[in-house]
Amino acid sequence: MNLCDRLKNIDRRIIFVLIALSVLIPILIPIELKIHVSPPAQALYDEIDRLPPGSNVLMAFDYGPSTMPEVYPMSLAILRHAFAKDLQVIAMALWPEGASIAQDALNIVAEEFDKEYGTDYINLGFKTGGLIVIQAMGTRIQAIFPTDQAGRPVETFPIMEKVKNFDDIAIIVDLSAGDPGIRSWVMIAQARYHKKVGAGCTAVSAPAFYPYLQSGQLVGLLGGLVGAAEYETLVKHPDSATEAMPSQVLSHAVIIIFILIGNITFFIERRRSKK
Amino acid sequence: MTTLLGAWIAAALTLFIFSFLYKDNPFYKFAEHLFVGVSAGYAVVAGVRRVIIPNMVEPVLQGDYIYIVSGIMGFMMLTRIFPKISWISRWAIAFTVGVGSGYSIITYLQSNALDQVQATLLPFNSFNNILMIVGVLTALIYFFFSKEHKGVFGGAAKVGIWFLMVAFGASFGYTVMARISLLIGRCTDLVSFSSRDYAYATPILLLCIVAGFVIAEVRGRKPASEQV
Repeated sequence: MNLCDRLKNIDRRIIFVLIALSVLIPILIPIELKIHVSPPAQALYDEIDRLPPGSNVLMAFDYGPSTMPEVYPMSLAILRHAFAKDLQVIAMALWPEGASIAQDALNIVAEEFDKEYGTDYINLGFKTGGLIVIQAMGTRIQAIFPTDQAGRPVETFPIMEKVKNFDDIAIIVDLSAGDPGIRSWVMIAQARYHKKVGAGCTAVSAPAFYPYLQSGQLVGLLGGLVGAAEYETLVKHPDSATEAMPSQVLSHAVIIIFILIGNITFFIERRRSKK
Repeated sequence: MTTLLGAWIAAALTLFIFSFLYKDNPFYKFAEHLFVGVSAGYAVVAGVRRVIIPNMVEPVLQGDYIYIVSGIMGFMMLTRIFPKISWISRWAIAFTVGVGSGYSIITYLQSNALDQVQATLLPFNSFNNILMIVGVLTALIYFFFSKEHKGVFGGAAKVGIWFLMVAFGASFGYTVMARISLLIGRCTDLVSFSSRDYAYATPILLLCIVAGFVIAEVRGRKPASEQV
């Protein structure tokens, strides 16, 4: 059996081990990597950075625990940016688990910046309905979210005194892992109410939203863990996403090598069969 | 204590699932069945507590009796599982589909068709713009099957195929990146669970799984008469 045949019939478990090692080694031996910021991430950062202090940012946590490794780091990074700029954050969720994830993220970042619940930020919780919820929020937020995540009336909180509907929201940032998600916010909040919508999503769904970015329907887009790492670089607060980049790079290199090996063996085989 | 227990359960189930990479085994089957069962149970409880109770039960108890109609329509949908009365579910499904379509068709058309067409009307003053227009037109030509793909039209369709292949490749690359990101998340947790703070959960559980494989392998090699 020559080298080509050996490579063609390589046991897949060897590939699994190499991928595992390429992920584990950078975790065990930390490597510093320079992160290049892509234009979509820069655009979202610039849009939020332009907002004057006191502006209201609506953050929708439309994802669940299965996609937390990708989307949660960008949630933290965006919250850090918002609180550093003294923006007021109104969190809500169209996914059931999103409300709890939002509370976790808000608790962590609010403590870092000494922000007060009800004055600087609020978690309105989860509401089912997708498009209908967004449509209702455009008319009157308190009608669809009469209480916050903990069941307290929203009128009792200072942050909601001047926020009635989308007219009082400077930008909407949707962190999404599926449907309802970015598409719903673009369809209603952007198309109907002409609000600025920025987004963060899993890498799997990012290609589907680039048309929205190109058309201007999205003001910025963070795609996957890389997007989160880029935003952490921009807010100058490296965290879990930045730490994961060496593993990402090394594992991608291993995959590319195996793809090249596969293609080379394919063409060698084809040439042999023609002879 | 609960954190420690949670870490051990998370590490165990993660390693059980990963054990499938070696071969199918009872550890994997257990974790898979547990996942399916817990997901289904959680979905039911979450649906009742976060959807049905706040959106139907509580409004009805407060005197808003119109929501009983939505409850009735929900039960009508459940008749789908009984063949003799499954026709009742068609009314509820028709209402849901009708309302959903009517509500979203205009907005979908606006945001996913008209705005996209407008964004494609670009001047031919840069390479990116030309690439965008050529890509959109040739990809659309490929999907036009009412005319035979011959001559200039066929050539344009072939160019469209190349653009589609590049798009699929980019999508596949992003998918690979997403899966690796999730793997990194799991591996990061496994590494942190292997520390003293979590009572060395990962290495102990890994040893247990390997021991299980070795025992199964040794028992599998013994003749049946020698097995207890």
